[in-house]
Amino acid sequence: MSLRRTPLFDAHRRSGGKMVEFAGWEMPVQYSSVLDEHHAVRTGAGVFDVSHMGVLVFEGPGALEDCNRLISNDLARIEDGQALYTTVLNERGGIVDDVICYRFSTEKILVVANAANRQKDLDWFLSHGAKVRDDSDEWALLALQGPKALSLLQPLASIDLDTIRFFRFAEAEVAGKPAILARTGYTGEDGFEIFCRPGDAEALWDALLERGARPCGLGARDSLRLEAALSLYGNELSDDHTPYEAGLGWVVKLDKADFVGKEALEKQKAEGVKRKLVGFTLEDRGIPRGGYPVLSDGKPVGVVTSGTMSPTLKIPIGLAYVPPELAAKGSTFQVEIRNKAVPAKVIETPFYKRSR
Amino acid sequence: MAQTVPQDLKYSKDHEWVRKEGEELVIGITSFAQEQLGDVVYVELPEVGSEVQAGQPFGVVESTKAVSELFAPASGKVVARNDELVDAPEKVNQDPFGDAWMIRIAPSNPSELDALLDAAAYQKFVEEQQ
Repeated sequence: MSLRRTPLFDAHRRSGGKMVEFAGWEMPVQYSSVLDEHHAVRTGAGVFDVSHMGVLVFEGPGALEDCNRLISNDLARIEDGQALYTTVLNERGGIVDDVICYRFSTEKILVVANAANRQKDLDWFLSHGAKVRDDSDEWALLALQGPKALSLLQPLASIDLDTIRFFRFAEAEVAGKPAILARTGYTGEDGFEIFCRPGDAEALWDALLERGARPCGLGARDSLRLEAALSLYGNELSDDHTPYEAGLGWVVKLDKADFVGKEALEKQKAEGVKRKLVGFTLEDRGIPRGGYPVLSDGKPVGVVTSGTMSPTLKIPIGLAYVPPELAAKGSTFQVEIRNKAVPAKVIETPFYKRSR
Repeated sequence: MAQTVPQDLKYSKDHEWVRKEGEELVIGITSFAQEQLGDVVYVELPEVGSEVQAGQPFGVVESTKAVSELFAPASGKVVARNDELVDAPEKVNQDPFGDAWMIRIAPSNPSELDALLDAAAYQKFVEEQQ
């Protein structure tokens, strides 16, 4: 099967992007250096092409209710112009996907889904009787992230960006092109996600680069989100993990109207979870990686889901599923790295928190 | 791609280089290898006194994203290792043929060197990989 390309494919090549396969797409994993790109987002501004993500739209009378019974969080608690992070659940309470819902009105909800789950989510929504369409090809999506994102974007934008508060969005022009500006992201920094027409993407990308944004690839996106302890579908989240296990209880609203997965979660809440996602560091040399076993008293008791050497903190960091009795801050266990048990300790997440 | 391939070294198809110094061999990874890896953030090398086997893993380099094994281009006993790479793994990116040498061994079978590539053959091998 041939790989799909975003409207920015040529722009990536021009910037020296090293292209790799990701979820059926040909995407830049890095340009010059993952570490440099990572630091650019922590100290300045970086821009990511996230056009591969799925855009699914619930539109028409009852759109909010339609969407709301397929997600665990509650669209009724936010206003028009606000965004909502949520999980989509199966009947067992397992996570079909984690998405951001943008509430334009009670009759229009736009859902941004993980690239790998675009078709899966669409099929899931349709099979549950929702009136939803796949608008992914109508949009290109750029994520401008970092402490300087706002000041860099402001001169290009037709509105005062300060008026778009965290997890809110507005329709505006950027560099003369119609766009939706959302104050959302996946890096632990301030920033904006910019939805634009595919044909405008390259001009916008170039305008941002010209103003000093550094092009950033999937490599930096992964290390940034991990420092911020943001889960990645396929690593921390799957059809077999529930939000309670993944530390996403805050996106579950059991007191709202019925939704798919509610019953299973009520049961799990009453019984307690058997595993919990924790953040940890190693107390000896090494780097934890997804798939490495977690040991306690020499026995496998869990698994690492993601890990890296934190470029900002300069310590090994990782996320792992462990039994609840090992989940408290300060708990210790071992991570098996190349047949060696390396001591590990649960620490507070997010590993990195920006100063506000 | 312009790759610097020093003329006086021998190379393996696993992208390690070997420099003969007296009776000993100094071993590291090539510039092509470090470019493929990306930013190196961790290096793990064998203890001094341990044995390495040609074609077998003797250590590990990790980039932000990936773990890669180091394969010994020749067999022998480790007489020194570059502990500076523990604190400064970025040297592997900056100076792969110099400061970022990895281990020094006393070879147990010096004829193994004959099986390695010379600079011209390695250069050609790399070009074929791209």
